[in-house]
Amino acid sequence: MVIVGEKINTSRKNVEDAVRRRDAAAIAAMAREQAEAGAHYIDINAGTFVDEEVDCLCWLTETVQQAMPLPLSLDSPNPVALAEAMKLHRGEPMVNSISLEQERLDSLLPVITSQPCSVVALCMARTSMPVTTEERVQVGSELVETLTAEGVPREKIYVDPLIQPVSVNTDMGVAALGAIRRIMEDFPGVNAICGLSNISFGLPERRLINRSFLALCMAYGLSAVILDPTDRQLMATLLSVELLLGRDEYCGNFIDAYQSGRIAG
Amino acid sequence: MNDFKALSEAISKGDINKAVAETKSALEAGISAQDILNQGLIATMNEVGDRYSKGLIFVPQMLRSAKTMQECTKLLKPYFQEGDVVSKGQVLMGTVRGDLHDIGKNLVSMMLEGAGFTITDLGVDVAPEIFVEKVREVEPDIVGMSALLSTTMPAMADTIEALQKAGLRKKVKIMIGGAPVTERYAQKIGADAYGSDAGSAVTRAKELLGIDRSEE
Repeated sequence: MVIVGEKINTSRKNVEDAVRRRDAAAIAAMAREQAEAGAHYIDINAGTFVDEEVDCLCWLTETVQQAMPLPLSLDSPNPVALAEAMKLHRGEPMVNSISLEQERLDSLLPVITSQPCSVVALCMARTSMPVTTEERVQVGSELVETLTAEGVPREKIYVDPLIQPVSVNTDMGVAALGAIRRIMEDFPGVNAICGLSNISFGLPERRLINRSFLALCMAYGLSAVILDPTDRQLMATLLSVELLLGRDEYCGNFIDAYQSGRIAG
Repeated sequence: MNDFKALSEAISKGDINKAVAETKSALEAGISAQDILNQGLIATMNEVGDRYSKGLIFVPQMLRSAKTMQECTKLLKPYFQEGDVVSKGQVLMGTVRGDLHDIGKNLVSMMLEGAGFTITDLGVDVAPEIFVEKVREVEPDIVGMSALLSTTMPAMADTIEALQKAGLRKKVKIMIGGAPVTERYAQKIGADAYGSDAGSAVTRAKELLGIDRSEE
């Protein structure tokens, strides 16, 4: 599983404060903490700054990369912010994200093909949010085909089936799971990624629901996930499911994580 | 004052069959549709909204209650007389330009409906000029705008500006909401109110129109 650490997001109060103060030490600590907990990418999102988002995302790119060696997931629906942050990024970032929304797609394709990177393809249709598995697969397939036609290799594409709350429609979980399975079967080599917290909006015990959903997503073929890697219970779910799916030789990762105190039951 | 305890309980629980039966028997007992609506249905939905805002109940429970109320309201419709005031106010709702998220907007619309407002839902990705056109056409009391992305929030400001230019700004109250939206942002762009969730959106809407709960 590819793990994208989600904590450096200015919708969190302490992150917003740190970015506003340009507190490099605080941001560096959040980056290192996630890297040590097992992240492969560090997500950075400065969306709440609206007018100053571009500056903030650029500052975060440099600050986080100075703190640790991992590549970043540049998280914004804003093509300008993504393009500017990409120029500063060392190594191959993950561009998070593109969708079929025309303006976003048109302005981001040149950015994505301008330098090597991975890309999150969000299953958002042109004029609506998909609901059924079929609709999600339709959008996902179109995105994969568009990206590969532009020369992006399949292994660098991360399809996000778009997670929506089960509190509003109890079919939303199954619809997303079905889409993960179909995308992974139809396009061998492509990755499936998602965030977890949307699934549990409007419900109690959200962390439990998120953990259970992670296990199901993995069983349906999810190969990457955006989460808080310092959440020891969530990481315990992830590592134990990997083990149960036969992807942890001699159960080594699980036991290592236990012996170094990175997971909690 | 009529006794709507059983009806109220059925709506709170989202028991459609029971609520429909209670509504029917209230009508048969000669209670006016207006009283059933205000003292039975709307009063209950106000409580449901409050309990949701306080975190005591959750989204599926609120949805279930709203659906139950809708079924009861259908039964009342034929009984309303010409001239009965059945709406607390007209609300024009939409997710702003560039944004396709509709869950928050739908929850707010449903709860406003439950509170007795009439909703005209413009859907998602609604451009400022469409808001302007519809404000002219529908003449709402309130315009409600939703945005779920920080990148589409500015379209709320654009819409307010467009209403201003069209000379319509003073004719409506403007209420905004959505995950990245804050009270501060509402003030910054000159909106009249910010609703942090579906329950408080109803409270704000009533405040905007000077509807006092004790009058209900």
